[in-house]
Amino acid sequence: MSRVVVAGYGPAAHRFVEALRERGFDGRITVIGEEPRPAYDRVALTSYLTGTSLADLTYAVPEGVETLLGTRVTGIDREARVVATAGGATVPYDVLVLATGSAPFVPPVPGAEHAHVYRTIDDLDAIRAASDGASEGVVVGGGLLGLEAADALRGLGLRTHIVEMSPWLMPRQVDEGGGAVLKGHIEDLGLSVHAGAGVQEVVTDAEGRVTGLRKPDGSLLDAQIVVFSAGIRPRDELARAAGIDVGERGGVVVDAGMRTSDPAVYAIGECALAGGQVYGLVGPCNTMAEVAADRILGGTAVFEGADLSTKLKLLGVEVAQFGAMSGALDVTYMDPVGGVYKRLFISDDARTLLGGICVGDAAPYATLRPFVGKPLPAAPADLLFTGTGAAGLDLPDEAQVCSCNNVSAGAVRAAIADKGVSDVPGVKACTRAGTTCGSCVPMLKQLLEKSGVEISKALCEHFTYSRAELFDIIRVRGVTTFSELIAGHGTGRGCDICKPTVASILASLHNGHVLEGERAALQDTNDAYLANIQKNGTYSVVPRIPGGEITPDKLIVIGEVARDFGLYTKITGGQRIDLFGARVEQLPQIWKRLVDAGFESGHAYGKALRTVKSCVGSTWCRYGVQDSVGLAIALELRYRGLRAPHKLKSAVSGCARECAEARSKDFGIIATEQGWNLYVGGNGGFKPRHADLFASDLTTDELIRTIDRFLMYYIRTADRLQRTAAWVESIEGGLDHVRDVIVNDSLGLCAELDAQMAHHVSTYEDEWRATIEDPEKLSRFVSFVNAPGVPDPSIVFERERDQIKPMVVTP
Amino acid sequence: MTVTLPMTWTTVCDYHVLLPERGVCALVGGEQVAVFRTFDGAVYAIGNLDPFSGAHVLSRGIVGTRGGEPTVASPLHKQVFSLVTGACLDEPGTAVPTYPARVADGRVEVAARAALPERDGPVNASGRSLVDAP
Repeated sequence: MSRVVVAGYGPAAHRFVEALRERGFDGRITVIGEEPRPAYDRVALTSYLTGTSLADLTYAVPEGVETLLGTRVTGIDREARVVATAGGATVPYDVLVLATGSAPFVPPVPGAEHAHVYRTIDDLDAIRAASDGASEGVVVGGGLLGLEAADALRGLGLRTHIVEMSPWLMPRQVDEGGGAVLKGHIEDLGLSVHAGAGVQEVVTDAEGRVTGLRKPDGSLLDAQIVVFSAGIRPRDELARAAGIDVGERGGVVVDAGMRTSDPAVYAIGECALAGGQVYGLVGPCNTMAEVAADRILGGTAVFEGADLSTKLKLLGVEVAQFGAMSGALDVTYMDPVGGVYKRLFISDDARTLLGGICVGDAAPYATLRPFVGKPLPAAPADLLFTGTGAAGLDLPDEAQVCSCNNVSAGAVRAAIADKGVSDVPGVKACTRAGTTCGSCVPMLKQLLEKSGVEISKALCEHFTYSRAELFDIIRVRGVTTFSELIAGHGTGRGCDICKPTVASILASLHNGHVLEGERAALQDTNDAYLANIQKNGTYSVVPRIPGGEITPDKLIVIGEVARDFGLYTKITGGQRIDLFGARVEQLPQIWKRLVDAGFESGHAYGKALRTVKSCVGSTWCRYGVQDSVGLAIALELRYRGLRAPHKLKSAVSGCARECAEARSKDFGIIATEQGWNLYVGGNGGFKPRHADLFASDLTTDELIRTIDRFLMYYIRTADRLQRTAAWVESIEGGLDHVRDVIVNDSLGLCAELDAQMAHHVSTYEDEWRATIEDPEKLSRFVSFVNAPGVPDPSIVFERERDQIKPMVVTP
Repeated sequence: MTVTLPMTWTTVCDYHVLLPERGVCALVGGEQVAVFRTFDGAVYAIGNLDPFSGAHVLSRGIVGTRGGEPTVASPLHKQVFSLVTGACLDEPGTAVPTYPARVADGRVEVAARAALPERDGPVNASGRSLVDAP
C-alpha cells in the first residue's frame, strides 16, 4: 500500500497523518481540506477573537504530507479507488480516510439562513464583522460550544443572551443542581440565560438584517447577531453517496479498527459512528486517529469507546464531569453563595465511585476521575473537598490520566521508569499526556513524585530551599542580610549560585544600593562593578535611554565619552548604545561624564529591567493608534532598577503592525483603538517564545496595575534564572492561575504586590550616581589595590574597522 | 631540589580595606595576585589570572565555600578554585598558583613568588599547573 488519501483536514486528520508518519509510514499521504488552511486547534478557537493569531492556532503540516486546500472531495469511486475533488481533480488511493468532521445543526426555523454558526475561522471572522455596530447577540444552545460562543460575543462587547431548549445549561455535563449554580455564575457576568426555551424565528428587517429572535411563546429578544450552536451533525454525505454504510441518525459506521463497510475506507473523528455513537470531543477523535493509523500499518489497535469526562473553564467558571451522571447513592455539596456545586455518584454498596459533577470548583476532577469504576479511595466527604483524600493514594496502572490523548497511569510510569523522564515537560514529550487541555498536569506531577523521582529544589549545597522558598523566608522573617539568612537557614558561607540569588531577593524586597555593606560581597561581578564584564576582563557601559528616545545633545555626549575613553561603540538590540573596553578604574570617570549630562545606569548588567523598546507610535506614524513612545518611557522609568530572578525586557508597539516586536518580550504591549493589549511570557534567546495575550483593551492605569502585579508575582515565585517564559509554562495552573491571582486576586495578594511595587518606585535611586558620590564605594574601583594609578598591563587592544577590539589571549 | 629562600613580604593594603568575602588585586613582584579575606577573617592569595579565559579577573569572583573549603568562582565562566590549594574544584588537573599571605600590624602582606615551594610544580605562562597537584 503506497498512497493514503485523507478527506478533510481538521484536528483528527492532523493527528492521523502525524501518527502515520510517527509509525514509520513512508508512502504518499495526501490531505484534501475544505478550508483554505491546514488544521488548527478548535479547542482554543475562541482565543482567535481575543488576539491569538491564526498562525499560533495552526498545526504544522507534517513533513512530506501533500495538501490540497480550499477544495473538497465530491465523490468516491470505490471500484477504481479514486476520489474526485470540487476542482475537478482526481486522486487515486490505496486507503481512503474520511475525516470530514461535522456541521453545526441549524434548526429549520424561518430566518435561520441569516444566523451564524461557530465552528471555523471563517465563522469567527463573519461574527466579528457582524458585531461591528451591533449591541446585542443571542446564542442558541447552552451546551459546551454554545457557552464558548456566548463568551466570544461577550468578548466582542455585546449584551448576550443564551437560549437553551433543556431546562438548564450544559445538560450533557451537569445535572439540575449544577445547572442552577452555573446559571448564577453566568448571570453574574451580565449574560441572560433563557433555559427551557425554544426558537420560533430569526427576525429580520426588510433588508435581511437580523433584528432579533422570537421564542415560541411569542416574546422577542432584540439582537443583531444570532449564533446557532445547538449540536452537530456528522458529515457523512460522501460515504452515503458512495454506498458505504451510515447510521440511521447519521455517521459513517466503523468497526473497532475504524474501518467502514468498504475495507479500503476508514472513518475517524466526528463523522464516524463508532459503537453506535458519534464523538464530538477532541480526546476520542485523537484516539480514533491513532487506531486508524495503527490498523493501516497492520496493527491491531482497537477503539473501545471513550471516556467523555470533561473539565473546562467557560466564562471563568470551572465545570467538570466524569463517569456516570447518576448512581444508587450520591453525596452532594452545594454552596449557593460561593457558587460551588459538587456531587459524587457511588454504587449501592457505597464502595465504588461511579462519577461526579463539579461546578465552580473542579479540583476533585483530576484526582477522582481515574478512580471511576474503582473502590472509593477515601470518605466521600473528604473527596468532595479538593480531592486531597485521593491524592495520597496510588492510581492503578490502567487508570486513564489524560483523557484527551488516552494516556494511562501505567504509560506515564513506564516513561518515567524506562525512558528516564524526570519532569513534566519530559512526560509531555514522551507520552503526549497533558499536551491538549492540560488539566491532568497535577496528576503527572504526582506520578513523578510517587515514582521516586526526586526533583531536588535545593538551590545549592548551602540551602535546601528553592528560590521561591527563600524569598518567602526573607520576606516573612524580615531577613536583611545574607549572613543572617545562612546562619539561620543554610550551611557554609555560600557560593556563586546562592549569593547572587539572595542579593537579588534582598534588592527586590528592600531596594537598597546593591553595593551597600555586606551586599557588595554577594554580587556577581557585573553587579559588583555596575557594568558588563567582557572576555578580556574589561567592562562595557550602557546608559539608560528610556524608550529609545534621545536628544541630539545627549547622543553627542555619548559619542564624546566613547571617543575620549577610546571605547568600542555598538548599538544594542534594545535601542541603546553599548560602550566597550573600559577598565575598572575608568568606570567611575565614565559614569561621572554621563551622569553630569543627565544619564543614569541602564542596568544592562543586572538581572533587572533592561529596556522598554518602542516604535515611534501615533505621534509620527500614520498607522499608529496610541503614543507608544510615551508609554514605553513611563514604563521604563517605573520599573528601572527592579531586580528580578532574571533579566526583564519589554516593548510597546503603537499599532497591530507590531514594529517594536513586543511579543518577543517578558511583557509586551500592543496598542489597540480602545487602549492596550498586554502580552506576557515572551523571549528571544536560546528557546524563543511568543508572549501570550494576558489582557485586552486596558486603560493605561489598568495596564500599569496589571504589569506591577505580574512582575511582583513573578519575582516572588520564579526559580533562579527563570525567565517569565519558562515561569508561565511551569507554574501550576499556567497563565490562567496567574490571571486569577493578579486580576481576580484569588490569593488575596494584590494589595501586597501593589505595595511592594510602590515601594520600589518610591525608593529608586541611580546606582551610578550613588556610587560616584560615595568615596568608600569609589575606592574599590582600582585595577591594583597597592598601585591605584596603574592600569592593568595585561589588557591590550588591536584595531578593527576603526575601533578597538581585545587582543586574543590563548590560555 | 628544593629552593629555600627567605620570604619577601609585600604590603598589599590595610586589613580594613579588604572587605569580608571580597577580593582585591595587587601587584606583587610584578605579578598580579588576587587577595581575599574570608568570613572568619583569614586572608588568602592566589594568582589573578583565570586559566580558562586568559583574563586577569579572579580577584573579582564571588567568595564562598565548598564542603567547608574557602573558594572563589571565576567571574567569567564560574569555575570554582580553592583558596587554600589553588586547585580548580570543577576541572581537576587545573590549578592557579597560591601565595603565602598574612596580616601583620593591621596590614595585609603577600610573599613574592620566589618563596613558593617547588613542589607546586612548574607553572606555564597562563598559570595552569603542568603537573597534577601532589
